[in-house]
Amino acid sequence: MDYINIFIKSIFVDNMIFAFFLGMCSYLAVSKTVKTSAGLGIAVTFVLLITVPINYLLNKFFLAPGALAWISPSLAEVDLSFLSLIMFIAVIAAIVQMVEMVVEKFSPALYNSLGIFLPLIAVNCAVMSGSLFMQERGYANIGEATVFALGSGIGWFLAIVAIAAIREKLRYSHIPPALRGVGITFIITGLMGMAFMSFMGFKL
Amino acid sequence: MSKRNWKLITLPFNKENPITVQILGICSCLAVTAQLKPALVMAMSVTVVVALANVIISLLRKTIPPRIRIIVQLVVVSMLVVLVDQVLKAYMYDVSKQLSVFVGLIITNCIVMGRLEAFAMVQKPWPSLLDGLGNGLGYSVILIVLGFVRELFGSGTLWGYPIMEKLGLYEIGYENNGLMIMPPMALILVGLIIWWHRSRNKDLCEQ
Repeated sequence: MDYINIFIKSIFVDNMIFAFFLGMCSYLAVSKTVKTSAGLGIAVTFVLLITVPINYLLNKFFLAPGALAWISPSLAEVDLSFLSLIMFIAVIAAIVQMVEMVVEKFSPALYNSLGIFLPLIAVNCAVMSGSLFMQERGYANIGEATVFALGSGIGWFLAIVAIAAIREKLRYSHIPPALRGVGITFIITGLMGMAFMSFMGFKL
Repeated sequence: MSKRNWKLITLPFNKENPITVQILGICSCLAVTAQLKPALVMAMSVTVVVALANVIISLLRKTIPPRIRIIVQLVVVSMLVVLVDQVLKAYMYDVSKQLSVFVGLIITNCIVMGRLEAFAMVQKPWPSLLDGLGNGLGYSVILIVLGFVRELFGSGTLWGYPIMEKLGLYEIGYENNGLMIMPPMALILVGLIIWWHRSRNKDLCEQ
């Protein structure tokens, strides 16, 4: 039951975009058409799903206070948590580079459709914050961390596809010239955020 | 200071503002501005990181192989962010707790990466420093305005000082607007700032 709870919670209640505003830059820049935004959403979900479990293991066995005790009891006092930022971003940058190479080798079609977005995911706040939230919330085991990563990715995917669909329709409406493009997207995202706030306190 | 260098500092306040025009670094600007104090601390941290990272990358720009430049940039930036994080934890622990993961997220703040890619990789250290300072300060202005408005109307205080209570507004029926401290209102406020800014600068409007 815990897994389902974490899954639903990370999609709707703690939605990366509507509750925390993470990954906003690519969310605003790439949401012009549904097709490209769906591609980016899938790529982000995929990278989150790989990096969060790896960073979970890294955190559990190397970085957390007392995590080094499994090497020898004398290291039980060591606290390396100040290194976590550098370690997490290094893992993310390396995985993104590797995912890029693997996708290029085995699925050129997918590679061409994702193209420029893949390397940009390394600096997407949603991916980095997946690892940081995982560390801050202290999930009990790697399964919970993986479910959390999958849920956050799907939540991000839903948000970017939803706004892209709205923006496609917006092209046919009369908006004041100064508000066109980015301005109205901000305001719509705010309104959608309010709608998502109704999920607050939701528990399974 | 020459005219060209002066422009590097002043342009980000107006026609090249990182938030309202370049649309960079939005995440942090929305999440930390419910009160003025964390907003100001965040603004200062980002300014320091952008300026120093610009200088370091600019000094290294001829030795960085283009294929791995993103990793090199990330390592330099994350080193600076770790320093800022440790300083905040040592001297301003309460604010550092309030900012939680957002200090760490300066690493992936698009302003930092954007300036490194667009400016520091091709320019000398001194203009890079000015460019970093200008963009950091342009970002700070928006953060401070947001923090000011949201704290004043959302919780009736400024820097923790109960200004609305001292003015006696509650006795004549004034109520705080609870929506202001909620995250979605930050987005709507930024949208309004963009609207105001673009209606004054017609050339920034999109088709």
